[in-house]
Amino acid sequence: MKNRKRLMENAIHGIFLVLGLITVGCVLLITVYLVISGIPAIRKIGVLKFLFGKKWASTAAQPQYGILPFILTSIYGTAGAIVLGVPVGFLTAVYLSKIAPPKVKTVIETAVSLLAGIPSVVYGLVGMMVLVPGIRTLFHIPDGASLFAAIIVLAIMILPSIIKVSLTALEAVPKEYEDASLALGATPVETYFRVSVPAAKSGIAAAVVLGVGRAIGEAMAIMMVAGNAPNMPKVFQSVRFLTTAVASEMSYAADGSIQKQALFSIALVLFLFIMLINAVLNFFLKHSKE
Amino acid sequence: MQKQSISAKRKAYITVMRVLMGISVSVTCALVLFLIGYVLWKGLPNVSWELLTTKPSYLSDRIGILPDILNTVYIVLATLALVLPLGVGAAIYLTEYAKNKKLVELIEYTAETLSGIPSIIYGLVGMLFFCQFFGMKTSLLAGAFTLVIMNLPTVMRTTQESLKTVPQSYREGAFGLGAGKWRVIYTVVFPGCIEGVITGCILSVGRILGESAALLFTAGFAHALNGIFEGLGSAGATLTVALYVYAKENGEFGIAFAIAAILMILTMFINLSAALVSRYFKKRRNV
Repeated sequence: MKNRKRLMENAIHGIFLVLGLITVGCVLLITVYLVISGIPAIRKIGVLKFLFGKKWASTAAQPQYGILPFILTSIYGTAGAIVLGVPVGFLTAVYLSKIAPPKVKTVIETAVSLLAGIPSVVYGLVGMMVLVPGIRTLFHIPDGASLFAAIIVLAIMILPSIIKVSLTALEAVPKEYEDASLALGATPVETYFRVSVPAAKSGIAAAVVLGVGRAIGEAMAIMMVAGNAPNMPKVFQSVRFLTTAVASEMSYAADGSIQKQALFSIALVLFLFIMLINAVLNFFLKHSKE
Repeated sequence: MQKQSISAKRKAYITVMRVLMGISVSVTCALVLFLIGYVLWKGLPNVSWELLTTKPSYLSDRIGILPDILNTVYIVLATLALVLPLGVGAAIYLTEYAKNKKLVELIEYTAETLSGIPSIIYGLVGMLFFCQFFGMKTSLLAGAFTLVIMNLPTVMRTTQESLKTVPQSYREGAFGLGAGKWRVIYTVVFPGCIEGVITGCILSVGRILGESAALLFTAGFAHALNGIFEGLGSAGATLTVALYVYAKENGEFGIAFAIAAILMILTMFINLSAALVSRYFKKRRNV
């Protein structure tokens, strides 16, 4: 009887152990699949030619598979979104955490969560119908679907993550720091920016890195506003990101063709970028906890 | 004592910072208001009873989104049915069983990694693994499996959070009465999961509703009207995917905006219920 009970306890322990290890299994699965399916094309094309080739012409008679345009577009697009989105998000977070009356804070926080919950295709749709024509008429260019439109959409999409994470970091700053600064004669606004913000800097850095991760991984909204031509990135030119490069040709690339394999290789490159960003994010999050 | 006046430079700094903050907050609020207003204004007039209750038909040249609504419901149900046991189990392992600190760190690190991976990568791996390797073809079920992996970290995290609120003394009391580990989990820990499960459900539903990139290559974009079991086995577009297809491929912007308005209302509804649930449980804990 006792033995049976112990056996059952052990079996249940085993079941929970397996469930606990599922996330590990999933990450391994994703990594292994991406590496296995991503390596062949890189080998056939050549690492340097693939990563630094300036021309992507997968359906040409003499196909070329250079993904430098995609890599640069992803980097420029993300950088642009950060430059636009971070100041707005950061300042909003400072206002919410330090100045806003509780009621106003609740309302704005609700609005920000809503912004976070809106599906990316809705952003894409509004971008397509408002932003793209707007850019076309405002800057007198033939087509508004461009890197610039993508940057604005991305900046809006990363705003909620930046606000939320910086807000948490700013609210964790000990009240004594601020009290000390106020007692020394600094005005409230000076205290917020010269005492609270530096004290929360790891958390704010984490917010920026999280924003980078979100921006670089976004696909569908960008697909609808960036134009998707594999050009080298210019602000008012139709461009293709790493994510959209995968998405736009996946549906018609033939199974087993080098074109399809190259798409998996692009996904592998994107995955490596994300893993790098995750490592940096973890570093900052650990720092902000200490 | 005379009140010390602050220098002009400091005054300017304060004013500039105040103005910048004001601008940022206004931009954020204006964006939210504009997005909600614009989408509802453009979309709601196109939402009709006929749209919601029919399927697309070339014969009568009309578009209905009933199949897409049903597909969304099916995929939400299938995903939740799979992700809840897995996520809750994983959370229970982490909080109740795991003793090895390294292992806990590894599991938490991988969970964080999973939540940072872009959905397009989930889509690709889901396509390779579930559709091709497991032979599920492009089907709602393959999409649901892909979404399970995506939502696993969310359910794990919310369950862990709610387990932290179960007082240690409850567990000790149960052990003291002679209960085995499993009995303690069954009687004390499980009830503590409820908040996490409900919040996890709400967040997952929100994420599934909004997901498109991961579903495009795993669940496909057919608009056929099916029952749930038939539906899970065949390809189908969820509302979000349908929005993308109608806007980008077919140029049916009216339909796209109608779907966008529906999604917007659902998103508001989900956010509201998440807030209500968290308020309800906070109140219950304090009583």
